[in-house]
Parts: sequence; C-alpha cells; structure tokens
Amino acid sequence: MKYVEEYRDGARVKALAQAIGRVVTRPWCIMEVCGGQTHSIVKYGLDQLLPGGLDLIHGPGCPVCVTPTEKIDTAVWVSQQPNVILCSFGDMLRVPGSSEDLLTIKARGADIRIVHSPLDAVAIARQNPEREVVFFAVGFETTAPANAMAVYAARRQALTNFSMIVAQVLVPPAILAILQAEDNRVQGFLAAGHVCSIMGTNEYELIAATHRVPIVVTGFEPVDILQGILMCVRQLEVGTSALENQYARVVRPEGNSPAKALVAEVFEIVGSGWRGLGELAGSGLALREVYQSYDAELRFPGPCSVTARPSTCQAGAVLTGQIKPPHCPAFAKACTPEHPLGAPMVSTEGACAAYYHYRRRSIDGVVPVPEFTVS
Amino acid sequence: MCLAVPGRVINVVGDEPLDRIGQVAFGSVVRRVNFAYVPDVAPGDYVIVHVGFAISRLDQEAADYALGLISELEQANSESFSADCPAGLPSAGEGRP
Repeated sequence: MKYVEEYRDGARVKALAQAIGRVVTRPWCIMEVCGGQTHSIVKYGLDQLLPGGLDLIHGPGCPVCVTPTEKIDTAVWVSQQPNVILCSFGDMLRVPGSSEDLLTIKARGADIRIVHSPLDAVAIARQNPEREVVFFAVGFETTAPANAMAVYAARRQALTNFSMIVAQVLVPPAILAILQAEDNRVQGFLAAGHVCSIMGTNEYELIAATHRVPIVVTGFEPVDILQGILMCVRQLEVGTSALENQYARVVRPEGNSPAKALVAEVFEIVGSGWRGLGELAGSGLALREVYQSYDAELRFPGPCSVTARPSTCQAGAVLTGQIKPPHCPAFAKACTPEHPLGAPMVSTEGACAAYYHYRRRSIDGVVPVPEFTVS
Repeated sequence: MCLAVPGRVINVVGDEPLDRIGQVAFGSVVRRVNFAYVPDVAPGDYVIVHVGFAISRLDQEAADYALGLISELEQANSESFSADCPAGLPSAGEGRP
C-alpha cells in the first residue's frame, strides 16, 4: 500500500540505523511519546538496531493506559443502569476497574457494544430512541475531533438519548510533567505524529525552547521512527534544542484548523487525572456548559469511591519510563493480556502488551528472528 | 488508540463542509469516511483516517523530500563508511527547500 510499504523498506531502515551509529558518540535517552511508536519499536526490534547507550524510554502516550481507574469504574457503573447501551472502543473493555472490567459486566448481560467511530454510537442512539446510549469517549488530541463531532451531531439531530463519559487527555502537560520530574532521564522526545496532525507544532516549539530539549514530531512506521531518532540524536550531539518535523507528509505546523475549531466549540480545557502521573493541570477536556446535557456523568450521577486493589502491577512506573515492562514483578506472570493487572497490558499500544507479544520469548531465552538486520 | 492509516479517496459527496463523506480505499478494503476535517479533499488524494474521520491529507512533496534524504544516506553509506555523513537530514533550523 502506498505510504506504508516504502516506510517498512529494509534498505532504508539499514541506511538510517547505520547513519545513527555514525552520529552517536555518547549515551543518550530519548522518549517516544506515543504508544503506537512503542508498538512499532518493539514489534520491528528497532531498539536493537541502535548503538549501545542510546536508550529509548517508552512514554505515556496510550490513552487507554493512562485513563484513571475512576473513569473505568464510572463506565462500569453507567453500563449497569437500566435501559443503557454503553458504546466503547474495544480496547477499553478489558481495562481493570477497581473491582470489575467492562468485559465482565458485558458477559453478565449488560448491553455494551464495541464501535469503531464515535459516530457509530450516535447512529445507535438514533436507531434506539427508547434507550439511553452512552459513549465512552477516551482519547488524546487525535480522537478529540471525532468525539467533538459526535456531540455536535447529536445536538444538531436533536437526540436526547445520547451522552458521553469524557476521558479526553492532552499530551503537552504530560511531557512537561516528565521533564519536571526530579529523576527525569529524558534528553530528547519523539512527539506523537497524529496528535500533532490535529494540534500543530506550536506547543512543542515552546517546550523545546523553554526546556532546552530537542523534540522531533515523528511518524509510526520503522523508517519514520529511525529517521526521527536520527534527527533527534543529531541535535543532541551538537547541543541544539529545536522542534523538527519528520512527519511533514501528515503534520502541518498549524495543525488541522477545522478540527481544532470544533474541539474548541464542544470542549474546554480542565485538569485531569492520569494513571502513573497523577492529577495534571490543564491536561484534560470536558464538555462546555452549552453541551453539558450530553455529559453522562451528570446524567447518571453515581458512586465514585474507589478502593484500589493491592497489586504488584507497576503500570505507573512503566508509563513514566522509570522501568521497562519486563522489570515489573507481575510481567508475564500474574499479569498477561488474558488476565491483565494494568492497562498497559491491555491495549495494543501499551508497552507491556508490546513486550509480551514480541519479546516474551527472548526474555525466556529464545532469540527471535529480527525483522531487519544491519551489517 | 491514535492509530490512523493512509488510504486513497475514491469519491466525495455532500456540499456542507461538516457533512461531507466519501469512500476511502485501504488496499482492497473500502470504508466510508467522514471528510469534515479535510475540506479541500478530492478523489485520488491520500488521507490519514482515524476512527472514521480523515484527519490529514498526505503531502506527496513532503513525503518525497523525506525519502530523498534517506536515498542520500544510502548513497553515502555505499560510497564510504569512514567519512562523516555528507548528505543527511538538515540540522535544526535549516528549512526544507
């Protein structure tokens, strides 16, 4: 497929890996922010092509992984209210709440439906006027325009039986939290390409300048990621800290203006809790007052007390890059994709799931066949 | 979650910018996609699609430029392994031509 195959080309991967090897003279730590990038890195073994001392730290860029337990509990509670159809992206169903997950509730008879677009949930509301349809609106900036359109469309269609649980978070406050942490090791960032396709690059330019850290907006295919790493280590080696855009075929500096406009029409910026990072000011979205009748948490006010289960899961440390998944005592033992203890083992973009699927055998002593080789 | 994939626009219908939809081919798979956020899209364009919405139109010129830089690296690699890389990505601050 065009715009896919050329970015998985072995010769290009090899050329980039060799160039990185020539540029790097010292150890460096680079964080790839997005879980999609983590997935590619682990799947294709890109970290294994890098020179020793160049460490990739996996970032918190997986919305499913950072959604706090309270929101899962809210969804579990709402889905059990009379007459409710809860619609969600598939990833969210297995994420453990404080006592149960959505898949368990569904198996017990709750009407929980997996949708591929927020507009599918609006269509279900239109087709079922006697039912209450609630969409679990999880996502980063990439997904915010789609979630905003669902509310906007419901209002235009005068649907009164549609609402959403909003669990929208914003990436720049998380990057700032990582940079400001006392034990921060991150010296450069690969920013999330699809988030920037919506928001543009301004916020990142400011972070790069004020925190003197190079940031490279990067795509998701092997060639994209290695090119982003090359751009980042070139900056680190010469001591610059600029914003660069490796993913210019998709990301414009100004972002997507119509998408930003509709997000601003429907949502306002509020504080939000993150699994692993805690409460971060200005890091979430909530429905504006004029759209509050679509807020499921107001429509179905319920108990929100959370009693955390004691767990060996160290999802928070994984999400902030303090440890790699295999260093968690529960990894591949008490915690597996079939029985996850933490969200990063659930989502395909979670670092734990990526290591489980692509690295478990090598951790067990079986050496996997690499996707690419660099001679 | 932010997974978004490139596809080729087959057709575009609707006049109101926020209501425009159409079909997009991802290899042999064809899906209906919302074009509210790519107002200038036309059949034959490639778009990046996320949860049923096109969020960006692919810029062929930018793609060619980035791949061209890698071709220069490949050439440099084959010519000399010992020399410093003479033709690579621009350093920070240098713009695209």
